[in-house]
Amino acid sequence: MRRDLVLRVASKFILPPIMLFALYVQFHGDYGPGGGFQAGVIAAAAIILYGLVNGLARAQKMVPQALLEVLMPSGVLIYAAVGVAGLMTGENYLGYDHLAHDAVHGQEWGVFLVEAGVFLTVFSSMIAIFYAFAGRRRS
Amino acid sequence: MIAVHGPVLVVILPLFGALVAALVRRPLLAWAVSLIAAIGSFVVAVALLVQVRAEGVVSYRIGGWAPEIGIEYRVDAVNGLILVLVTAIAVLTLVYARRSVLSEIIPERIAWFYAMLMLCLTGLLGMAVTGDAFNVFVFLEISSLSTYVLIALGRDRRALVAAYQYLIVGTIGATFYVIGVGLLYLATGTLNLGLIVERLPEIASPRALIAAEAFIVVGIALKLALFPLHAWLPNAYAYAPSSATVFLASTATKVAVYLLARYIFGVFGVHLGIGSVAIASVLIVLSLAAMFIASAAAVFQNDIKRLLAFSSVAQVGYITLGLALANQSGITGAFLHIVNHALMKGAAFMAVGAIIYRSGTCKLDELSGIGRTMPVTAAALTIAGLGLIGVPGTSGFISKYYLVLGAFEAGFWWVALLIVASSVIAVLYVGRMMEVIWFREPNQRCRGLGEAPAEMLAPMVVLAGMTIWFGLDAELPASLAGAAAHVLLGARP
Repeated sequence: MRRDLVLRVASKFILPPIMLFALYVQFHGDYGPGGGFQAGVIAAAAIILYGLVNGLARAQKMVPQALLEVLMPSGVLIYAAVGVAGLMTGENYLGYDHLAHDAVHGQEWGVFLVEAGVFLTVFSSMIAIFYAFAGRRRS
Repeated sequence: MIAVHGPVLVVILPLFGALVAALVRRPLLAWAVSLIAAIGSFVVAVALLVQVRAEGVVSYRIGGWAPEIGIEYRVDAVNGLILVLVTAIAVLTLVYARRSVLSEIIPERIAWFYAMLMLCLTGLLGMAVTGDAFNVFVFLEISSLSTYVLIALGRDRRALVAAYQYLIVGTIGATFYVIGVGLLYLATGTLNLGLIVERLPEIASPRALIAAEAFIVVGIALKLALFPLHAWLPNAYAYAPSSATVFLASTATKVAVYLLARYIFGVFGVHLGIGSVAIASVLIVLSLAAMFIASAAAVFQNDIKRLLAFSSVAQVGYITLGLALANQSGITGAFLHIVNHALMKGAAFMAVGAIIYRSGTCKLDELSGIGRTMPVTAAALTIAGLGLIGVPGTSGFISKYYLVLGAFEAGFWWVALLIVASSVIAVLYVGRMMEVIWFREPNQRCRGLGEAPAEMLAPMVVLAGMTIWFGLDAELPASLAGAAAHVLLGARP
């Protein structure tokens, strides 16, 4: 694969802001548009851009396939486990009221954790789809 | 814990099973985790059914939100029965699956197989347990997406095409369903099925409702493989891994039928017709067509899995016919047949899976005389086949008896006649199987084979035994199905 200097330098400048923006979207989801799904896609886009410019092998060195296969179920597991935490604290499933000292903070914590789970699963699924397509060889 | 949180536990236990199975990645461990989760879910489902029979409806609010804004899980005599059926089949399938999966799926994918099977179970249970129209869609997608993967894991390359075909059709079905739900939401302002029913009488123009009903019924009909929309099913069942076929054939279409019953009785009321054609008469015609045409197609199949798949389309026809009759006996017959068909089709596909496990083929002309080398497996297949015909002494007879009774009650004596007549076609395709496996001299391939391993035989024998048991003593299933029919008819607005 030919390495284009302009693309490589430009992507180096762009990648950190993309990651930062993903975090902004993740944590601003409480107050404005955003949340785990969108943030996961944006963060995955950063890795995919890196893979497009520097090649699949380098991207897989940074985010290995095995890691993705752990992250995908882990995200859902976090979501489901937060639901069970609701059960354990005497609420219904996915009830967050008792997760902190009062109901408002409980809800905040609940949504925060659930969104973190969503982020992990969406982030890793997006990259896994990219790897699956990019890894195909023409027969 | 179970008494209060039962409705949600029954769904999240298999969900956790799927996630842990995907994380551990070791075939045996993933299998053990899945089995434990399925057994747990089964126990909860039985506890729920007992609770429902004692106390009536069990309602559960997810996250503590009121039904107007949140999601309500609602278990009554109808879906309580479905939950027990689906979880029981899941447990038996998992017991059966270990050996079968080892021989059919490459080792690196086995854990993913169990994860997908458990996700599919999660989706099916969720569809049954929820009282929220949109939540049904979410679980429908969970079960469908995992089903596509399950089918694609089949040992044959044609499995990929079958999965893709089902993916297209399934997506169209789900889209139709969600358009229908959108229209309902537009008309009533709520997604809760109970609240939708309450607000229906206030709606001035029934046009949106008629469109909603059309979209929802067609969407679900694609999922349950109602006759002209069944084209995806034979390939999907034929090329999926054997244990996936067992599970899907016994549960997936059954949950879709339950959903159809819930909508046409619980929400729309069967007499709200589409234009001048009442939905009941459409259903009757399509069901009869399924019973005859799909049975006839089954007669000409050489692949036993495809033969049984076409038979499934025909048997679903009996179930929807019972629903379309819309009286106590008809719906009781439909729900009896949901249970009975799940049991006998489960046994039949398990027997075919065992034959594939030993002989590597399921082509009828290569299996002559297999009954002499695998007598228990062939006997299970025979009992299931007799059940499909509806021979007295098997559970198939009981459900058909109720269906005929329902047809007479509805004043359709000719339908009763056609139910009996279509059974004759079942005699043909079952008879063809029986002739090959029992009465022909064993060929080279079948001579040296041994009986299937005990852990594959055990669940098969349990299902075949229940087919006989429910044929001789139908009191338990008949009372459960009767209660379900009662609730559905009582719930009609």
